[in-house]
Amino acid sequence: MQTKRMTFSSKWLPYALLAPQVIITLIFFIWPASQALYQSFLRQDIFGLRTNFVWFDNFNRLFADPLYLNSLKVTLVFSLGTTFLSMSVALLFAVMVNRMIRSRDSYTTFLVWPYAVAPAIAGVLWWFIFNPSIGIMPYMLKGFGYDWNHRSSSTDAMILVIIAAAWKQISYNFLFFLAGLQSIPHSLIEAAAIDGASRFKRFWTIVFPLLSPITFFLMVVNVVYAMFDTFGVIHATTEGGPAQATNILVYKVYRDGFVNLNLGSSAAQSVILMAIVIVLTVIQFRYIERRVNY
Amino acid sequence: MASIFMDNLGKVYTGGVRAVTGVNLDIADGEMIVLVGPSGCGKSTLLRMVAGLETISEGSLKIGDRVVNNLEPADRDIAMVFQNYALYPHMTVYNNLAYGLKNRGFAKSEIQRRVNEAAQMLEIGQFLDRKPRQLSGGQRQRVAMGRALVREPAAFLFDEPLSNLDAKLRVQMRVEIRQLQKRLGTTSLYVTHDQLEALTMADRLVVLNGGQIEQVGTPMELYSRPATTFVAGFIGSPAMNMLSSEYLRGLVSAEALSHVPTQADLIGIRPEDLSLAAPKDGEISLTGTLMLLEPAGAESHLHLRFDGHDDMIVARLPHVPDVAEGAKLTFSLPRGKLHPFDRASGKRMA
Amino acid sequence: MVENNRWGNFFAHLVLILGVAIVIFPVYVAIIASTHPPGTFIRGVMPLLPGPNALENYKTVITEGRSRAGTPPIGGMLWNSFVMAMAITLGKLSISLLSAFAIVYFRFPFRIFFFWVIFLTLMLPVEVRIVPTFQVVADLGMLNSFAGLSIPLIASATATFLFRQFFMTVPEELMEAARVDGAGPMKFFKDILMPLSITNIAALFVIMFIYGWNQYLWPLLITTDPEYYTIVMGIQRMVTGGDSEPLWHLVMATVVLAALPPILVILFMQRLFVKGLTETEK
Repeated sequence: MQTKRMTFSSKWLPYALLAPQVIITLIFFIWPASQALYQSFLRQDIFGLRTNFVWFDNFNRLFADPLYLNSLKVTLVFSLGTTFLSMSVALLFAVMVNRMIRSRDSYTTFLVWPYAVAPAIAGVLWWFIFNPSIGIMPYMLKGFGYDWNHRSSSTDAMILVIIAAAWKQISYNFLFFLAGLQSIPHSLIEAAAIDGASRFKRFWTIVFPLLSPITFFLMVVNVVYAMFDTFGVIHATTEGGPAQATNILVYKVYRDGFVNLNLGSSAAQSVILMAIVIVLTVIQFRYIERRVNY
Repeated sequence: MASIFMDNLGKVYTGGVRAVTGVNLDIADGEMIVLVGPSGCGKSTLLRMVAGLETISEGSLKIGDRVVNNLEPADRDIAMVFQNYALYPHMTVYNNLAYGLKNRGFAKSEIQRRVNEAAQMLEIGQFLDRKPRQLSGGQRQRVAMGRALVREPAAFLFDEPLSNLDAKLRVQMRVEIRQLQKRLGTTSLYVTHDQLEALTMADRLVVLNGGQIEQVGTPMELYSRPATTFVAGFIGSPAMNMLSSEYLRGLVSAEALSHVPTQADLIGIRPEDLSLAAPKDGEISLTGTLMLLEPAGAESHLHLRFDGHDDMIVARLPHVPDVAEGAKLTFSLPRGKLHPFDRASGKRMA
Repeated sequence: MVENNRWGNFFAHLVLILGVAIVIFPVYVAIIASTHPPGTFIRGVMPLLPGPNALENYKTVITEGRSRAGTPPIGGMLWNSFVMAMAITLGKLSISLLSAFAIVYFRFPFRIFFFWVIFLTLMLPVEVRIVPTFQVVADLGMLNSFAGLSIPLIASATATFLFRQFFMTVPEELMEAARVDGAGPMKFFKDILMPLSITNIAALFVIMFIYGWNQYLWPLLITTDPEYYTIVMGIQRMVTGGDSEPLWHLVMATVVLAALPPILVILFMQRLFVKGLTETEK
C-alpha cells in the first residue's frame, strides 16, 4: 500500500494518531465480533446455569430449524424485491431527468430528499398509508375489489415492507444512475443515431450496457442495504409478522438475542450474517478494483 | 550565503536501487551551479539530498561550515523552488511568502518588510491578496521565487522551475532568475534537463549520468572540450555527429588526421563546425548527399548521407543555403575541430 | 434525431411529475394528518386536505408528549438526536482524519496491520453483532448515556478510506515545501492538509449527520431511560406503545419533526450531499 514519496519521521506520532480509531475498533468491533464467534459454539441450559461447548451444533440446529430457513427465504424475497423495485424506478427517473436541461436540478432536488428519512420513519409513513382501517391505499384497492390487510395477509405485509424500504432507497440509486448517464459520452449516442438505431434501441444497446458497472455496483449496495439497514422498517411496522412472513435475518438475530434470550443461536446467526457481509464486501471491492483499472 | 561541499555523496533507496554514486563537488559562495542530465540521471535526487528531502546514504554534505546530513530541511538554511511551484492553494500570495517566516517566529513587521521587498523585486506586489489559482503560470513562478527570496537563505535550490512554462516565458524567466541570482549573490543549485537553460545560466555546469558526475566545468569548457561521448552528445544542439575514425581515415588524407591519437576510434564533429565554404589549406573536406533541409529562419540544419556511413550527418549553417535536396554538397572542417574519443570507455583522447 | 422531440419531452415530464408526486406522497399525508383533530382517525379514510388542529397538535407533542405510553415531550428527544448525531459525526471525522493522516504520511511498523484492523469494521455493521456489542457497552456501564449512544458508532472505515484517497491526491511537493518552510507534521496537518480537505470534510459531515440522526436499533437497545430517547426510536414507542390504535395526529406531527432536520440538511447542502454520497462509494 502506498504512502507519499517522502514521509514524516516520528517513532510514536503515527501510533498516537491511529490510537483513537484502533482502540474504538478493537473494543466495539473486533472484540464483540470474536465474542459472537465464541458464543456461537456455546449453549446455555434452560436455567442459564451451565454453559457447554457444543461445536457446530448451534449452526446445525439453525439449518434444521424451519423458522430460520423461512427467515432466509423471507430475506431473499425481501432484498431482491426491494433492490429490483427501487433500482428500476430510480433508473426510469434518472433516464427521464437526464433528458431535461433546465429542469434537471429541480427534479433532482425533489427526488433526493427521501434519503434523509430514517428507515423506521419510512416504515411508519407507509404503515399509515396502508393502514387497513383508515389508510388511503386499502380504500382505493377496495375500489378494485382487493381487500388489503397486512395484519393477516403475508403477501400484503411483504409488499408493504418492500415498498417502504425501496421508497427510501430510490434517491440513492437515482443519483448514481444519473451520474452514470451523464458520464456516457454524447458522441456515442450520436454515433448510434447515425447508425440508424431508434431511441428505444439506443437505450437498450448502448446506454444500458454502458451503465452495467454502476448497475452491478448498485445491486450489491442495495442488497446490503435491504439485508442490514432495514431493521427499522420491520421493527416499526410488522415486527416480523404476520406468522413470520417478514422476519428477516437481522430482525431475527435481534428477537432471538434480546426477546427470546437464546444467545447461542443468536450468536450463530450473527456469525452467518458476518460471513454474508464479508462475501458482499469482497464482491464490492472487486468491482471497485475493476473500475480503477477501467 | 555559504559554500556547499559534497564529499562522496551517495543515495541507495530501501530495496537497493542506487540513484547517486560518489559525488564530489565544491560549490563556491555565490556560485550558480546547474545540474543537468537526462531524466533518471539522479540530478533531482542529488538536489533533494541537499534540501534534506531525501536522506543521505553515503558521504557527507556541508553547507557553510556545518555538516547537515542529519538536519531537517527547515534547519539547513536553504530555500527551494519546486517544479510545480507547490504553492499552498488555500493561502493568499502574501501568506504563501510569509508562512516559512511565521514558522520561524519572525516578528510581524520583519515579515511584512521582507514580503514587500520580495514582492517589489519580483513585481508581484499587486497580487499579494490573491490565491494562487487566480494567477497565470508566470505569476505563480514568481511567487514560488518570492517564497525562496524572503527567507534570505544560504542557498537557493531550484528543481526544474521553468519546465511548466511555455517557451517564451521560459526564456524571460531564465533571464530574470539569473539576474536576480547575480544581484543577490546567493549560492544556487539549479536542476534542469534542458541543456540550453543549463548553458545559459550556469557559472559551472555539472553533467550527471547514471547517478555519477560525467564532467564539471564552465559552459564553454564543456562545450568545446566534452570529456566523454555522453557529454558531447548531451551538450550542444543538434547533437555532435559521431563517426568511426576508421571510416574517416578512408575519406581524408592521413596527414589531415595526423594530430588525432591513433587509439581514438571515434571522432566527434559538431554540426556547426561544418561549413559550405571551399576548404582552405589544412582543412578537411567532406562530401555527402543532402537528404533533408530544415530551414529555421536565421539558421538551417542539413541532414546528409555520407557514402558507406549508416547514420545521417547533420550540419548546422548560420544561413539557409539555396540548394536542392538530393544535391551532393562538399563541406569543410578545421582540423582542430575534431573531438577524438575512445569508443569503449567513452573517454576523450586528446 | 438525437434531440428531444416535443411528445417525448411531454411524456418525460409526465412520468417525472407523477414520480415526484409518489415520492412526496407519504410525507404529504403525514403533514396533512398532523393538522387534524384526533376524531378524524376514528373511522373513515384518512384526510387528504389540511385540518384545523396543526398548532395544537405540534404544541402537544413538543411540550407534553404522550406520558401514558412512556414517551417524553419530543423537545428533549430532538435534542438527544442532535447531540448523538453531532457526536457521531464529529467523532467519526476526527478519528478518520487522524488515522488517514498517519497511514498516508508516515511509514512505520505494522502500518498494513492497522489498516486491516480498520478495514474490518466495514464488514461488521452493528446489526450483525448486536448482542455481543450490547454486552460490551453494558459491561462498560455506558447504557443510558450519550457516550454509549455515540462512541460505538464512531469507528468508520469509509471515512478513513475517503480521506486516505484524498490525501493521496494532494501533491507531494506541498508537504515538501511545508517542510522546507519549517512545518512539522502536526503543523502541516493543521495549516495545509485540513484547509485543503475542507470540502471533503463538509461533504462527509452531511452524510454522517444523516447517518447519526437516523440511528434506530442502537438507541433502542441501550436507552431504557426516556431521558435519553432519540426522536427516531421514540416514534416506534408511540406507534406500538399503547394497545389501542396509535394517536395518528400526534404520531404524524412527531414524524414530521423527526424527518425535518436531515431533510433540511440535504436540501440546503445538496451539492455537498451528492459529492459526499458518490465519493464515499468510490
